[in-house]
Amino acid sequence: MIELEPRPVPSLQMSVLSPLVALVITVGLAGLLFAALGKDPARGLAVFLIEPFNGTRALTELALKATPLILISLGLSLCYRSNVWNIGAEGQYLLGAIAGGWLALFVTDEAIGIHRWAFFPLVTVAGALGGALWAGIVAFLRDRFHASEILVSLMLVYVANLLLSYLVFGPWKDPHGFNFPQTVNFAPQTELPRLLPGMRVHFGFLLALATAGAMWAFMFRMHRGIQLQVGGPAPAAARYAGFSSRSALWTTLLLSGGLAGVAGAFEVAGPMGQLTPYVASGYGFTAIIVAFVGRLHPLGCVLASVLLSMFLIGGELAQSRVGLPSALSGVFQGVLLFSLLACDTFILFRLRWRRSA
Amino acid sequence: MPSFGTADEGLEIVTAPRLQLEHITKRYGTLLANDDVSLVVQPGEIHSVLGENGAGKSTLMKIIYGAVRPDAGVIRWNGEPVQIRNPHQARELGIAMVFQHFSLFDTLTVAENVWLGLSSRVGLKAVTESMQRKADEYGLELDPKRPVHTLSVGERQRVEIVRALLTSPQLLILDEPTSVLTPQAVDRLFVTLRQLAATGCSILYISHKLDEIRTLCHQCTALRAGRVTGTCDPMQETTTSLSRLMIGIAPPKLIHREPQPGALALRVRELTLPRHDRFGVNLERISLDVHEGEIVGIAGVSGNGQQELLAALSGEDPRPDPDAVELFGTGIGRMTAGGRRRHGLHFVPEERLGRGAVPTLSLALNLLLTRRESLRALGWIDRGALRRQTAGILDRFRVKASGPAAVAKSLSGGNLQKYIVGREIDAVPRMLIVAQPTWGVDVGAAAQIRAELIALRDSGCAVLVVSEELEELFEVTDRLYVISKGRLSPPIATSAASRELIGEWMSGLWPAEPEAAVGEAG
Repeated sequence: MIELEPRPVPSLQMSVLSPLVALVITVGLAGLLFAALGKDPARGLAVFLIEPFNGTRALTELALKATPLILISLGLSLCYRSNVWNIGAEGQYLLGAIAGGWLALFVTDEAIGIHRWAFFPLVTVAGALGGALWAGIVAFLRDRFHASEILVSLMLVYVANLLLSYLVFGPWKDPHGFNFPQTVNFAPQTELPRLLPGMRVHFGFLLALATAGAMWAFMFRMHRGIQLQVGGPAPAAARYAGFSSRSALWTTLLLSGGLAGVAGAFEVAGPMGQLTPYVASGYGFTAIIVAFVGRLHPLGCVLASVLLSMFLIGGELAQSRVGLPSALSGVFQGVLLFSLLACDTFILFRLRWRRSA
Repeated sequence: MPSFGTADEGLEIVTAPRLQLEHITKRYGTLLANDDVSLVVQPGEIHSVLGENGAGKSTLMKIIYGAVRPDAGVIRWNGEPVQIRNPHQARELGIAMVFQHFSLFDTLTVAENVWLGLSSRVGLKAVTESMQRKADEYGLELDPKRPVHTLSVGERQRVEIVRALLTSPQLLILDEPTSVLTPQAVDRLFVTLRQLAATGCSILYISHKLDEIRTLCHQCTALRAGRVTGTCDPMQETTTSLSRLMIGIAPPKLIHREPQPGALALRVRELTLPRHDRFGVNLERISLDVHEGEIVGIAGVSGNGQQELLAALSGEDPRPDPDAVELFGTGIGRMTAGGRRRHGLHFVPEERLGRGAVPTLSLALNLLLTRRESLRALGWIDRGALRRQTAGILDRFRVKASGPAAVAKSLSGGNLQKYIVGREIDAVPRMLIVAQPTWGVDVGAAAQIRAELIALRDSGCAVLVVSEELEELFEVTDRLYVISKGRLSPPIATSAASRELIGEWMSGLWPAEPEAAVGEAG
């Protein structure tokens, strides 16, 4: 009989190994799934594991996809470390996109001559405010009425989605757009400055990396960051120390909402160049997986973002090259998360063979 | 109570010892926790295991209880060699244990907790009834229907003792069982234990209270650094000789000078607070003074409002009227703990892990809960300064830890307590409130903590000690209050008080007119 036995101390080794083992399990299951669908597993895996890294264009696309994931997962990591369960980053991302889109439309409609290096900080702030506003609703309801932040943040995703639809089907619709639900194309100077000529990846990627560094410093080198993380594992200690749980709630939600909003604004001012109902791409939900695969650590978030972008791009390629449904990337994300949660058991426990008593 | 097993087996005539440990050795890495330990417990014997924190008592008990396997050595149970693989098997053999740290689920009631721990198929109702019966039989006050999270430490211990008694064990292991009982309750417990022993149940009694060991135990085995340093009949020994056996030297004597009370530091007037939850205690018109340069104690059985009063004083419960609690003339009733700390009020809570320290954070980061000296502009942490500051505290208060990077939960209870007390004393507070300063702490550490409190007092700090250990209060305090059912007695000079008087007051029976019993402070 196999038994789970608690370890005397949590295994540091396992907490690092766990995401890797989960990845191996996911890749193994992916191979089996390809075989079951009648495709060559080697070919299928190559599309997922190798193609996204093959060549400059592929790498820049990977960075482009990773940008919103890094930004959102950094904020979520801070939330989860503080025991604030914001799972509605998708909604905050959409509000950031709406705010960024509004700013770009304003510049476009009024034909304002603005340099793109001047527009970049403006759209960043607009996105942050939009996302923070949306997360602020969650914080307010939790603070004032003890409403569950899990439910409220999740439900606000649908509200944000409907708001976006209303705007692109209604007041913001392109009058010359053949009635398609989309805004006009934004003026060229509102596009985010690109990193490499001809590639879609923009300076937001560098900003995301810098944010990861800043978040690391905040979490582990700043008193405020430590304070926030006390409330999660030891609320009594936070009360004892006099760290306010209300302030932790507001800080983490506004910060994570703001970062998700920036990600949304970058998406519309970067690769999209207009608002459509398809801005809602699921980054906000994928970032939850990123945060946990990345061990709620800023460096881990960057690595896990690249990994999950690989799955996203692999899913698109699998559709076009091998003729597999693109829903596969969602399946793999789920498998990865569940394998990870299962593997995490072994951080606190170990297996023991025992003759049954 | 046939459903709970083997009460009568102890009466069988057995010539073999109940428990015999032969050359037990257990090694953790390079640390020899138990080194060639041998021990014999006869049926019906109350056997004390004496030793400082880290002497290897806990490891030895875990081996007997099957939680840890020895690297070498033999365990004989009633003469037969046995391998105790897990606590379940230990319980089946008839070994029960009351831990110093309790293993209760907070969200369940007392009866549900006990019910879950039973392997036999007994209904919850039957468990509730037999618990009530056991509790009454041994004079232990207990409400089986209360959720555990509303219980104080003392009450939780009562649950654990009753839980152990329910199984009618042949060997009962008790780890520091009396630390949270009133003198009367200790006496009652001793009656209980002697009663149990008379039926043939052996008792392994782990304690650092040498007086108790001398009045209760038939045999004593002393451990130091994992080795047996001697066995003796404690009734034939003096406290000093027992203490020498345990720590190698005689305990340091507390030097107690006359208090020099100064200005009024803490002034509580007519503090009335309704309870937070329905199992809490309402605080009723509590008035209390603490001056600079004196140590004031609050005695009482746990669960009489100590938690509520401490939270209201520390700022964890900022509901009092601003002026109901005054610190050096400033109304602090509505301030948070952080705000009060900036006014010079520091606090050492009863729970070390999870309240006084975050279990998963390093000692260095735990310093930041109450200390800000190593913070630079914008709250940037100067890690070098933080490490030096932490190392300084570990050194000054002789905390045994691998260093400032050690996580809080890796420390033994006594060492963590020394760290937390040290952290607050090192802050040079103007007013220090300490709850249960030496709960579960060994003699050496307890003496050290008490000496530090007295030194702090002599340096002019106002000190308030809330403790359920009367001996301790008599040892360190200058004046005493007693709390009972949310009300506070008038103060009395410690030198004018007796154990019997305070024991009576603990039941709420103090003279109604405050002036009648006031022992003036200075």
